[in-house]
Parts: sequence; structure tokens; C-alpha cells
Amino acid sequence: MTNCFAITGILALANPAESMDIANSWFGVASYLIAVALFILSLKWLSHPRTARRGVRAGEIGMVVAVVGTLLIFQAVSYKLIFLGMVIGSLIGAPMAVWMPMTAVPQRTALSHAFGALAAALVGTAHYYWLFHDRNIDHFTMGVLAMEVLLGSLTFTGSCVAFGKLQELIPSSIKSLPQQNAINFSLLGAAILIGIWLTVAPLSYVLFPILILLGLTFGIFLVMPIGGADMPTVISLLNSYAGLSASLMGFVLNNYLLIVAGALDGSSGLILSIIMCRAMNRSFTNVLFGRMGAVSAASADDVYGGKVKSCTPEDVAAMLDGVRRVVVVPGYGMAVAQAQHAVRELFNLLEERGTDVEFAIHPVAGRMPGHMNVLLAEADIPYDKLKEMDEINPSFAQTDVVIVIGANDVVNPVANTDPKSPIAGMPILNVGEARTVVVVKRSLSPGFAGIPNPLFAADNTLMLFEDGKKAVTEIVAAMKAAP
Amino acid sequence: MTGLEPKLFVFLLSTFLGLEVIRRVSPLLHTPLMSLTNAISAISVVAAIQVMAEGHLLTGGYSAFNKTLCTLGVIAATTNIVGGFWITDRMLKMFRRETRDRD
Repeated sequence: MTNCFAITGILALANPAESMDIANSWFGVASYLIAVALFILSLKWLSHPRTARRGVRAGEIGMVVAVVGTLLIFQAVSYKLIFLGMVIGSLIGAPMAVWMPMTAVPQRTALSHAFGALAAALVGTAHYYWLFHDRNIDHFTMGVLAMEVLLGSLTFTGSCVAFGKLQELIPSSIKSLPQQNAINFSLLGAAILIGIWLTVAPLSYVLFPILILLGLTFGIFLVMPIGGADMPTVISLLNSYAGLSASLMGFVLNNYLLIVAGALDGSSGLILSIIMCRAMNRSFTNVLFGRMGAVSAASADDVYGGKVKSCTPEDVAAMLDGVRRVVVVPGYGMAVAQAQHAVRELFNLLEERGTDVEFAIHPVAGRMPGHMNVLLAEADIPYDKLKEMDEINPSFAQTDVVIVIGANDVVNPVANTDPKSPIAGMPILNVGEARTVVVVKRSLSPGFAGIPNPLFAADNTLMLFEDGKKAVTEIVAAMKAAP
Repeated sequence: MTGLEPKLFVFLLSTFLGLEVIRRVSPLLHTPLMSLTNAISAISVVAAIQVMAEGHLLTGGYSAFNKTLCTLGVIAATTNIVGGFWITDRMLKMFRRETRDRD
């Protein structure tokens, strides 16, 4: 009967010396089934903003059910320590959720990937030494443990570096070492070799710390040379790794709940990384190992020379008077300038005056998937005004004014025109088709790709050289002052 | 090696299920999606409890080592559970459809 459910596998590993309370174990199995169902429903409900919060509830309940079930299955545990760990974890986790400003969400996400990976690496290590103590490690278990610990440790340091970059503790673009790829591949190769060695000879315990050390070092070297604008892909990829290492834990612990929950997390990270790569027309390998090479684009002087027109906030205010349709294109610069609330004021004012306002969100705008949406939602802008690239691109031709705030590469027409450019083939927002484009930007400095943007010199483009927040505030003030 | 096949099946099926379910999540919610899946993957708290429980016959240094690492694992995972679900809810609360009446 117990074989009916694959999930009873969790019971197989429970210590035979322990007299299992059958009622409790069945309760445990049931709780795992319920938890799995709730996790899947949780992600399903997240698909739409209307049901999304229900999804969070489902996930929370699933987690509580899973933990209670686990404590009932494995009673030989030191409840005091578990309780202590949970209290400390909550004390760290709650402030990270409650007081975290929305602009810091990418950093927080990187940090939580680090915590997740750390947990996997720690548990894997504890598991290895327990099995080592019993001299009871088969090759399969060892191989999976090695993968789990390697993934966990490289994701841990990789996420820490990503956190450092997003928090600007580490400069966002560091020149890569001359032999960066050679170093990275040798580190990874050495780690894999040691993993294989351990799999063949699981009791060579000296190698285990070396494996961890190599994983930790590789994580640092992998993420260090990756620049800020590639962070959405990197964060998604690290998300996927953290999920995969949780899933691997399930393989060695015969715990199906871990396998399923880890696989769900892994697939989510995978999908997001694919979307991010596609939105930049780049491959994983290109993001991770390809550096933005020597720039072959036209020099800034050729592109801009004498053709850039600048304007004042008053000019923009006059231009916005009585127009039918305005599209705002936000980028990372809007987040840096904390301009989202000023943008909201502009949005209100325009809507009051009967102008249709929408926001064009490029998939890689910002520092993580969906970053701009969260910022604009925080500023109280209704989400049905936030449009995806494919949806809004055809409408630029019918748009009177486009206001670009702190975005650069995602509106660079070179992506469509110059096959040699580093951003060639990247889908962009075709803002140039609008009647007038206003670009709010502090200077003509290039974006992440390091190339000049011909849009800034286009006939229908006006540059407003100012900090995003100040510029938008002044436009609003000028609009209100006008009779 | 016992029971590898069912595990691979479960892994494969849940990966495909995950891909299908998550593909439907609107790009609007990609940030909450990531923080929610992150909270769910903190299910590793279960692994920490299991490894601590199954290692309870260890003695001396091994026992202390096992307990320390697993407790740290519980701390790291709980941080993600509490922080992850909470901030996801905070974000989702902000997403609304119509312009709210203002005074």
C-alpha cells in the first residue's frame, strides 16, 4: 500500500532504529502532497495580478504544512536548535522584507539567492560528513552531493558578488583579467575533476573542502567581470542554480518535496534567463563568458556632431499641452534618480488633461526582470498602463510625444541598422517613429554597450540634460504654471 | 541507487510543469515571481531538518558539526521563507488596475 505513493520514499531513509509512529508518517506523507499541490497552485495563481496575492498565501501555507510535516516525520531532531534557527532566520528575513525600499529589490533578490545557495551548500556538507562518519557513501549519492555542493557554493559567492555590484559596493564594470576565460574554465574544470574523483572514491574526504573552495572561487570569478546591464540574466541564472541545488538535495535525501520545489524554482529561473537573453539577442555563453568586445561603432563625434538639440523643461511642458498620446520609456536611470514618484505626478497631470499616457517596458530595462514594473506600481501607476515591448511597438507611430527617462541601449536604433554593432539584432523600442522624442539624460555618455545612440541626434529628438527626478518635477511645475 | 527512476520522473515532470505554469506569468510580475520562487526554494529548510534528524546518532565532533551546519542551514532558509513571501506580498499589494480616487 505504501508503495502506491512514490512520495513514501521519504520514509525509506528514516533511521530503521527509530520506531516510527505510523500515524505521524502518514501525516507526513499527506503534508508533503498538500505542500506540493499548494506550491504549484501558488505559481499558477501568480500568473495574473488579480489572483497573485492568493498565490502568495498558498505558498505560505504550503511551506508551513511542509515544515510541520517534516518535524513530524523526523522526530529525532533537536527541536530547540531548529526553533532557534527559525527565530534567527525570521529576525534577519523580516527586516529584509519590511524596510527594503523597492529600488533595492534587485540587491535583495541577489542576497536571497545567496542565502538559498548557502543553505544547500551547508546541508550538503553536513550530509557528506555524516555519511563519511558511517563509511556509507555510494557513488551515485556522492556524485549528486558533489554537484549540489559545487552549485551551492558557486551560486553563493556569485550571488554575493551580484549583490555587491547592485549595491554599488563593487564597481559595476570591472575590466576582465587578460586570461579571464582561461582562468574561469580551469577553475570549473578543476572543480569538476575533483567532483568526479570524489564520485569514484567517496571517502577521500580531503577533497571535499577543496571542492567547496573551488566552487566559491569560481563563483566570484564568474560574476565579477559581468556588467550591470547583464544583471537581469545573471540573477535569473543564479535563481535557476539555487533551485537546481535544492532539487539535487531531494535526490540524495529521497525527498520528493525537495525535488519538486527545487525543479519549480529551477525552471522559473531558466525561463527568465531565456527571456532576458532573447531580449538582448545574446546567448547564455555570451553573457557569461563573452565580454563586450572592442567597439566598432561610429565615434560619438560623427554621430552627434552639431546635430543634438537640447531643450528646457518649459519647452517640454509647452509641447505636452493638448497632445493626445504620450508614451514614457523608463530605464535604469529612472531607478537611480528615484524619479518614479515625479513621473507619477506627470502621469496624473496629463491624464487629468485628457492625454492618454502609457509606459513602454523593455524586458531588460533595469537590473532584474520586471524591475521597472515594480517601481512604477510602487509609484501608484495602474498596471494596465504598463505595456510590454511587443504590445506597444506598433503604436509609436501614433504617439505625439515619447519621453525617455534614463534608458539608452534599449532605444538605440543601431540595433536594427548596424549588423556589426555590439547590440545588433537586439529588439528595441522603436521610439523614433513617434512625432517627437524627449530624452531625459544627464549627458551624452554612452549606455552599457558603450556606443553612441543616433536617436539623440535624430531630427525629431530633443535632449533634456538633467537628472531624471529634477527634470520631470520641473516639467510638471512648468505645466501647472502655464495658463 | 534504489528509486532513482521515480525521482528522475518526478524531476522531469515538475520541471516541465514549472516551465508551462511559469511561461504564463505576465512579464509585469516577473520580479514578484522571482521572489516567490525564491521563497519556495527555501524548502531546503526541510532538508536541513532531515539531515540533522538522520545524523542524530553521530557522536562527538561529528555530531556538533552536523548540528551546527544544519542549524545555519535552517537560519539561511528561514530568512528566505520569511523575507521572500513577505516582500512578494508587499510588491503585489502595489499592483492595482484603476486610478484610485484621490482627494
